[in-house]
Amino acid sequence: MAELFQFELVSPERQLLSAHVAEVVVPGVEGEFGVLKDHSPLVSTINPGILKVRNDDGGWVEYFVRGGFAEISSGVLSVLAEQAVPVTEISAEQLDLAIRNAEEDLADAKDDNAKQKAEMTLSQLRDVAEALKSA
Amino acid sequence: MPSLKDLRNRIASVKATQKITKAMQMVAAAKLRRAQEAAEAARPYAERMEAVLANLAVAFEGRDDAPKLMSGTGNDQVHLLVVATAERGLCGGFNSNIAKLARDRARSLIAQGKTVKIICVGKKGYDALKRELGQYVIKTIDLRSVKNVAFSNADDIGREVLAMYANGEFDVCTLYYSTFKSVIAQEPTAQQLIPAQFDAGKAETVDGPSAVYEYEPDEAEILEDLLPRNISVQVFRALLENAASEQGARMSAMDNATRNAGEMIDKLTITYNRQRQAQITTELIEIISGAEAL
Repeated sequence: MAELFQFELVSPERQLLSAHVAEVVVPGVEGEFGVLKDHSPLVSTINPGILKVRNDDGGWVEYFVRGGFAEISSGVLSVLAEQAVPVTEISAEQLDLAIRNAEEDLADAKDDNAKQKAEMTLSQLRDVAEALKSA
Repeated sequence: MPSLKDLRNRIASVKATQKITKAMQMVAAAKLRRAQEAAEAARPYAERMEAVLANLAVAFEGRDDAPKLMSGTGNDQVHLLVVATAERGLCGGFNSNIAKLARDRARSLIAQGKTVKIICVGKKGYDALKRELGQYVIKTIDLRSVKNVAFSNADDIGREVLAMYANGEFDVCTLYYSTFKSVIAQEPTAQQLIPAQFDAGKAETVDGPSAVYEYEPDEAEILEDLLPRNISVQVFRALLENAASEQGARMSAMDNATRNAGEMIDKLTITYNRQRQAQITTELIEIISGAEAL
């Protein structure tokens, strides 16, 4: 049985989850990373994507997160996401809306930098949509 | 001297007013509880954000490559005041206190020869400011259709401010709102959003110095990413504080109004009874003196 650590998932509006979990896979900006107990202190921004949480009993719970960062300090992982929704509650329409917004952002982007960023967000969102469809 | 009928009418009308203020007080009390819960639920996010940013800010202290949102434009010629108030009145000094704080600031800035731009969030703030400072108001944001403030509302405002900053439309941005202290105390507050200011003391609450952290990507990029988000978070927090303060202010204002109405009813009732008695006495005297004359 895996050792547990404290995990907190927080959105601006409320604390979504505060529990002892076995493992969390975070969609970091430089790739997904798994967090187990006694991870070294870390701050990482996150990509829009699926955050996976493995509970005590070994079952996985998935959340769609967008915008924010993950912080590990003194053995506690906190993920601060602008948007965090359990995958079971997410609707295709919401995702479509997010994709449409991203497309608009891309169209509105003024310089190359912003354009690149918008393109990245859009492709990530599309990945999520794919992942959800195949699941 | 008002007639008996006039007095009766007045008592009836004050009673009706009292009923309304009483109902408003109770509605405000119920809404206050919800607003307080929302403000409390939002606290962990804002606090974590602040702690991480404070940590990062310490690392960037005095460095030339610090993001513009933190170091400022190096100017303080153009000031943007974001004045967040309520959409409705009848809540005591709540709106006027915020407006007053912002107005005093705007006046002193204008006196110093600075340029002032104002964004009003909430109709009441605009109403209070438009007479004197109407020409400086560049935008009003209406949240009347919003029942419970959501993060997206704050995010819209935050993005707007950021877009203006990116276009070089102002140098310093200050947010005006009311901090919720208790039901009877709300404190109008000015908070500087841009350039961002952090409480260095907050950095130490996260254990150990900031150097212990591993950053992914590097500090600069994280800071670049988090500072704009922080603007929206701060606006969101201000809006929630405002919502709680508004209901608190309305509750105590309506409590006062109900009590005043009660006092007025008592006074009017006494006058009414006295007058009724005087009238009866007069009538009796008339009858008796009429009988004696016979």
